[in-house]
Order: sequence, then structure tokens, then C-alpha cells
Amino acid sequence: MNPIRAVGRATLDIFRTIGQVALFAGQGVFSALSPPWFARQLARQIMAIGYLSLPEVGLTAVFTGAALALNIYTGGGRFNAEQIMPQIVALGITRELGPVLAALMLAGRVSAAIAAELGAMRATEQIDAMKTLSTDPFRYLVGPRLLAGVLTLPLLTAVADVIGIAGGWLVATRTLAFNPSLYLRNTADFLTGWDVESGLIKAAVFGFIVTLMGCYHGYNATGGARGVGRATTLAVVSAAILIFLCDYLLTTWFSRA
Amino acid sequence: MSQTPPKLEWRDVAIRLSDRPVLQDLTLSVAPGRSLVIIGGSGQGKSVTIKLALGLMTPDAGQVLVDGVDTTGAVGAARRALFRRFGMLFQGAALFDSLTVWENVAFRLLNADGVPRRLAREQAVEALAKVRLGAEVAALYPGDLSGGMQKRVGLARAIIAAPEIIIFDEPTTGLDPITADAVNDLIVEQVRGLGCTAISITHDLASARKIGDDIAMLHGGRIVWSGPVSALDRSENPYVEQFIAGRADGPITAAL
Repeated sequence: MNPIRAVGRATLDIFRTIGQVALFAGQGVFSALSPPWFARQLARQIMAIGYLSLPEVGLTAVFTGAALALNIYTGGGRFNAEQIMPQIVALGITRELGPVLAALMLAGRVSAAIAAELGAMRATEQIDAMKTLSTDPFRYLVGPRLLAGVLTLPLLTAVADVIGIAGGWLVATRTLAFNPSLYLRNTADFLTGWDVESGLIKAAVFGFIVTLMGCYHGYNATGGARGVGRATTLAVVSAAILIFLCDYLLTTWFSRA
Repeated sequence: MSQTPPKLEWRDVAIRLSDRPVLQDLTLSVAPGRSLVIIGGSGQGKSVTIKLALGLMTPDAGQVLVDGVDTTGAVGAARRALFRRFGMLFQGAALFDSLTVWENVAFRLLNADGVPRRLAREQAVEALAKVRLGAEVAALYPGDLSGGMQKRVGLARAIIAAPEIIIFDEPTTGLDPITADAVNDLIVEQVRGLGCTAISITHDLASARKIGDDIAMLHGGRIVWSGPVSALDRSENPYVEQFIAGRADGPITAAL
């Protein structure tokens, strides 16, 4: 094939996909925010996406907080700045690592599960069956998942913030001889409301991305079991890439604001 | 005196999928209260035909009419209103894995009609009883059921709202002959009990003879023969004769 034509076709494919995702997202937001609402379905998704992800998010946060504390202590020691370790750990966790790591854990756990579930429903005609039962599958399946993602990831991030800082505190007080109460006072005095809020705003955006990618790839899965597998992989990979991209864009925006 | 229009009619319907013509000028109708069975080999467009009737697919040309009214372009609320007039038993039953049996059966009542859960459960148990399933099955999940039981749950879901038209997609596929016959009996009993119009697609001739009043044979995207079930064995149509005999040689090429 002519290389120029190949580049053109690939470019058109990219724009077509972006357009399809944008339309899907718009329809999803409309479904999530307008009646009829499926409250039981929303509660089920909040449980599946939020509550059941707590162990993974908590474990990730505690180890990340602990490792971050050690690294900052070691690095800070090169210019006698070990004592600012509590502040840097808190800043790093609340602004960056809390939301990003919680979102990445959800990308692996939730995006994949949503894509596999919706893909299997597509393959076994369950989505068609839902339509014939006078129920809009978009409202029943996509809307509640998007809403659950936006609502629960900030809560998970808040938990990750607390546990991450606790991980740093544990290492600092048990192995680096920091004063426990002084560590906590330094953290509390240093952190501003915006440090936490900006992380939670990021988390809400990431929650939307994680569930959107799972829903988009699962809902549009074709080709039976192979198609479901491909949808699952694409959901995780695209969610992870979009999380990093949006993290950079949001951080840039917040730093200018 | 005006003539009663067919309950369901495909008029000059054509559709291409993946650049391949699947249906070409398909014209077919079923009268109110009759049971039409569409037979045909694999890949001849039987499933597409019923998906067009339900509005799950849109034809490239032609019309699908219900009670003489063109429904081809119906979307949104108009389509949902049409869905209320249909019941559908899918080939693999298409039960929702994450819901219990009674929630599956009562899905339309719970999510489209706003019926309270207690009342919906009572109606679901009644519908399950009509397909010879006891109340103890209601709390199970589809994964706990055999293939035959799943078909019966699918049938209960199709009849619970007393539809005007019920569509059966390969109702006996994957079932042993005895269970298949039991499912056929249930289909006949429920269709007659509701007095509704039925459209079935199958390549199981025993099932077709049992549940159908009329039979239409689909081949190459067109209806090549149609008539009452009683005329099937004396159709003198080479396609029908080959299909009944199950021979590899003839005008129909095996789908290999």
C-alpha cells in the first residue's frame, strides 16, 4: 500500500475512534444524569467498583507511602534536608500518587471486569435481550457504572491518602527515629486543602476514564471470546494511558490556576 | 369491508452485512394468531430476519410492518413501545448472569414498568409455574440451571407480560430430543393460551412441525417456499425436499 495512504488511513482511524469514544462518553453522561435511574444497579456498581477495591488500593497506598518515605529520606540526606520528608510524602501522596495509583489499580481491576462482563453480555445476546425487554441497555449498564466510578474513586483516593501517609509515618517512626506526633503535626501544618482537593478532582476524572474505557470496549466488543479478550486488554491499556495523559494535563492546569 | 392486515410483515426487505447480501427482497407475513416457522440452512439470514422484525437491526431497503403500520424507522420511545408488544426467546436464552431467575423473568416489570419488587416476584413465580418450574428455582442464578431449564426461564420471561407477538430463535437447539419435545409442548401451550402470534426460526423439522401452523423456507436471502405445515411433505420444491431429506446433494450447498 502507498505509505501516504497508509498514514492517512491510520490518521482517519484515530480520529474516528476519538469521535466514537466522545459520542459514547456524551451518551453515557446523559444516561447517568437523566431519568430513569436504576438505583439498585448504581448501588451494586458502587459496591463492586468502590468497596471491593479497598484492599488493593489500601495495600498499594501503604507500601507506596513507606517506599516514598525511605526514598525522600535518602535523597534529602544528600543536602541535609531529611526533616522535610513528612511534608514531601504528604504532598506526593495527596497530589499525585494517591489518585494515580488508585486509578491504575482500578484500571486493572475494574476496567477489565467491566469490559469482560459487557463483552460477554454482547456475545451472548444479553444486551439485545435487554432492549427487547423495553430497557435501554445504555442507561442500565453504562450510566450506573460511569456514575459509580466518578463517585467512588475520590473516596478510594481519600482512603489511599490516609493510608499512604500512614505508611510513611510507620517507616519514619519505626526505622528512621522520627518523633511520631511531630511527624503528624508537620504533615497537618504543611498540607493545604487544595493539596487534597486537587487530588480528589483528579480521582473523579480518573474514575470516569476507568469506567468509560471498560464500558466502551466491552459494549462494542465483537467476535465472541476472542473479541471479549481483546476488549479487556484494550480497556486496561487505554485507561492506563489516558490516566497518565489526563494526570499531566490536570497537573499543568492546576499549577497555572 | 376492510381486510385485517397481517400481524407482522416483511415487505421487500433487503440487507447487506459485511458487503454480503443477506436478505434480498424478502416478503413474508404472518396473520394474527398464527404460528409461522421459518426454516432454512445455516447462514441463510433467519436470525437477521427476526432481528429486523424486532428493530434490533435496520434494513437497507424495504419495510417491517406491525398491524399494517410501518415500524422500520422507529427509535427511542416509539421503539420501546413496540418492544412491549413483543416477547422473545433467544437461542441461548440470553439470561442475565448477575440476576436471579425471578429477577430475569420479572426484568421488564421491574425496570420498564416500575412494578414493586414483591409483586413482580409473585408474577415471576406464576410465570415460572406456567413453564413447569417450581418456586424453589426463583432464587437460583442462571448458571445453576441446565440448558433445558434456562430455555424454560427464557420462555417465562417472554410470556410474563402477555405479548401480542412472541419470537422463538432456535428454541430447541442444544437440547436432547425429550427435553426439546417438552419445550415444544410448552411453546404450543403458552402461544395458544395467550392467543398471540408466534414466529419461530429453526432447522429442527420435528420442532417446526409441532409448533408451526405455517412454514416458510428461507434460502439465498429469499423465501423459496411457504405454506401450511400439512403441505410441507408434498411441496414439490427442490429446496424443501432436500432440507427435509437432509441430503448433501441438491440446490442447497452445505455450509462448510
